[in-house]
Amino acid sequence: MSIALGTEVPQFDLPGVDGRNHTLSEYGDADVLVLVQSCNHCPYVMAWEDRLNAISSDYADRGVRVVAINSNDVVSHPGDSLEEMTKRASAKGFTFDYVFDEPQAIARALGSERTPEVFLYDRDRRLAYHGAIDDNRDDAAVTQQYLRDALDAVLSGEEPAISETPAVGCTVKWK
Amino acid sequence: MRIELLFWRECPSYPEAQQLLEDVLAEHDIADPVSVREVTTLEEAQELAFPGSPTIRIDGRDIDPAGAAEPPGLTCRIYYLPDGRVSPVPSREQLEEALA
Repeated sequence: MSIALGTEVPQFDLPGVDGRNHTLSEYGDADVLVLVQSCNHCPYVMAWEDRLNAISSDYADRGVRVVAINSNDVVSHPGDSLEEMTKRASAKGFTFDYVFDEPQAIARALGSERTPEVFLYDRDRRLAYHGAIDDNRDDAAVTQQYLRDALDAVLSGEEPAISETPAVGCTVKWK
Repeated sequence: MRIELLFWRECPSYPEAQQLLEDVLAEHDIADPVSVREVTTLEEAQELAFPGSPTIRIDGRDIDPAGAAEPPGLTCRIYYLPDGRVSPVPSREQLEEALA
C-alpha cells in the first residue's frame, strides 16, 4: 500500500557504510530530508545512482540531506550486504549516507516497493514527494526532473507541482 | 532459428526487452517465433541456468555470454551498454550481434 503524502518520517537507527550508526535525529538541522530505498545489485539503482549522487552534492549547501537505505534480504541477494554496500559506496564516491536496514523495519514503515524509490520530507518531516528520481532511467532521455523540482519547491516553501510518481525499479527483496 | 526470452515478472524490464527484441527481429526480416517463458522459482532458475531477467538466447546461446556466467537466481539482470553505462535491458547492438 502506498504511503500517503503528509505522513511523518519514521524513526531509524541504522548502521552505515562509514562504520557508524545514523539516526533520524542527526538530520534534525536539515531543511529537507530525502530517504531513498536503494540497494547494490539492481540495474535500475545503478542507472540512477550517479544522478542521485549529483543531486545530493548539488543540494548539500541548501540544507538537503540524502540517505539511501538498503533493506534487501542478503540471503537471496548477498551482493546487498553491508560489506558490499561499503565497497560500492567507496568505489562510486557516494556523497550521501548509505545505511543498512537489515530488519527491514524502515522499508515496511515507508511501504517501500521498489529500488530506487524516493521519499522527500519537508522541514516538519512530513512526506512532500514520493516516487521516482526523474522520468527515465536513461539520463539522456530525461524530460522531467521530479526530485530536483520537488526539492526546489519545498525549499521555496511551496508544494511540489508533481508530488507522486510511480517508482520504477527492482522490487524490495523481502525475507 | 530458436529464439528464447526468459523473464522474471518482478523485474519490470521484460516488456521493454521483448519489444526491443521484436523490433530488431522485424528490422532483420526474421520471422521465427519468440518462445517466451516466465521463471517463477529459484529451482526453475537453476534448472534453466537463468542468471536474471531478462535473458535472451539465440539457438541456445546467450546474447551476453559474460552475463550468462552469473549464478542462477531470481533477480534483475545487469547489461552494460557500449558507453559503459548500466542498463536493465540489452542494447540493440548486442541483439544485432547475436543475430548476425
